[in-house]
Amino acid sequence: MSFVTATDIFQFYGRRPILERVNVSVEEGEFISIVGASGCGKSTFLRLLLAQERPTRGEIRVADAPPAVEPGLDRGVVFQKYSVFPHMTVRENIVAGESFRSRFGWFSGAAKTKARKRADDTLARIGLDHVANQYPATLSGGMQQRLAIGQALAAKPRILLLDEPFGALDPGTRLSMHDFLTELRAETGMTVFMVTHDLEEGFKLGDRVLVFDKPRWDPTDPNAYGATITYDFDARDGGIPFQRIEEDTHVLQPA
Amino acid sequence: MRLINRQPGVVLKTTLVALPFLLAFVAYSIGSEIRLAENPSDKLLPAPSTIAETAERLFTQPDRRSDRILLWHDTAASLQRLVLGVGIASALATIIGLLIGLLPHVRATLAGFVAVLSMIPPLAVLPILFIVFGLGELSKVVLIIVGILPFLIRDLSQRVLEIPRETIVKAETLGASSLVIALRVALPQLMPRLIQAVRLSLGPAWLFLIAAEAIASEQGLGYRIFLVRRFLAMDVILTYVIWITFLAFMMDLALRRLSQKLFPWTEAGL
Repeated sequence: MSFVTATDIFQFYGRRPILERVNVSVEEGEFISIVGASGCGKSTFLRLLLAQERPTRGEIRVADAPPAVEPGLDRGVVFQKYSVFPHMTVRENIVAGESFRSRFGWFSGAAKTKARKRADDTLARIGLDHVANQYPATLSGGMQQRLAIGQALAAKPRILLLDEPFGALDPGTRLSMHDFLTELRAETGMTVFMVTHDLEEGFKLGDRVLVFDKPRWDPTDPNAYGATITYDFDARDGGIPFQRIEEDTHVLQPA
Repeated sequence: MRLINRQPGVVLKTTLVALPFLLAFVAYSIGSEIRLAENPSDKLLPAPSTIAETAERLFTQPDRRSDRILLWHDTAASLQRLVLGVGIASALATIIGLLIGLLPHVRATLAGFVAVLSMIPPLAVLPILFIVFGLGELSKVVLIIVGILPFLIRDLSQRVLEIPRETIVKAETLGASSLVIALRVALPQLMPRLIQAVRLSLGPAWLFLIAAEAIASEQGLGYRIFLVRRFLAMDVILTYVIWITFLAFMMDLALRRLSQKLFPWTEAGL
């Protein structure tokens, strides 16, 4: 059984259809890139995965649990902006990834010391240890996004949702963020959904690339129909399909 | 070069800052001079030197009848009322503002009600306050609260609503409950805005304080001004007005400094 399954998702805003008949199932550990033109429901689909919104029809199940009604610990998220808490220092932001689930959101005593220690390890891992005591506003865009990812991972979610996480970064920073994300993924083996505008980025990072588009188009009323998944590419091996022989064959393999 | 791109230098800027103060002072001095030349016992525009003498007397010499330096007593009484009123109003506004901003049910219940309440002119209900709370300290403090609370609630709840949804959702994905979101996400981001709102409401707070003191009181800065008005003691009134202005200005400055010191993260991005 698949890890994440979306069955017959329809989403309307008022009477306007955004998504129609979206079906997809995803295995645990897959990296799914979601691409498509603006206004084609990519971000809406991500919000549905996040359970920030609930679909008008259909349901999304994670690990066969009943559909979630609100965002929770099992889904981590990084938005393009506003993903870190501006009033906390970099270290406190990481600690928040663990402490927010407690009763009052605070650690004290030994738990606090341990959490700070773990946060420092995380910061060293994501290369932000030299700014641990600064506030996010003093960091560059790339550092803020690294912090946001580190914070989301501190909560140990099963799924990581990324909404154009590198959209506001310059090309150089973006490349180093790709490496960073690839490494993190190799370490954690997490299921990732990433919405992006950048096709190249989608194919580079993703195992699968889902393309959202409107299958029907009424030129006199562009909003008449919703979008759905029109293509589902295998993006492994540089996007060249049929590179992996799944079944036993009698072809002589090079030793 | 366009006018919008011309910047004054340091010296010119200092001069320009001082200029309106100087002009006001000079204009007053000339007016006072003209009137005093006509009638040396004129009370309407006392000479600046007279005001300085009066001020010295008010600040240092005790009243002959009560043997107390009245100005300090008035200041203490007024500040106590003001601080109590503004303090209680800000505490209430923070709690109610958070509730309205975060909880849709409370928002549906209270937002419209507060919007209507804030349209009631506070001075119009002053007689009711005097009748209900008596003529003592309580009614004056309550007038300040009634006067600034609706504004503070509307402002602060709006600020809570302006916290980006992304930030709240992020906290949810970290497992935060509504209480944790209120305490650790919304409240800390609200505090600098609370100080801003209090700075803005200090003006109205002074207005209501002086109005209440003018009508029924036995001490206080507003009381004294309206008392000596009967004797046309302009020198005393002007001293008090300058003193009140100074107090208000210092409060504003202190709050601004406090905000910068307590919330460095708000300055960092600017």
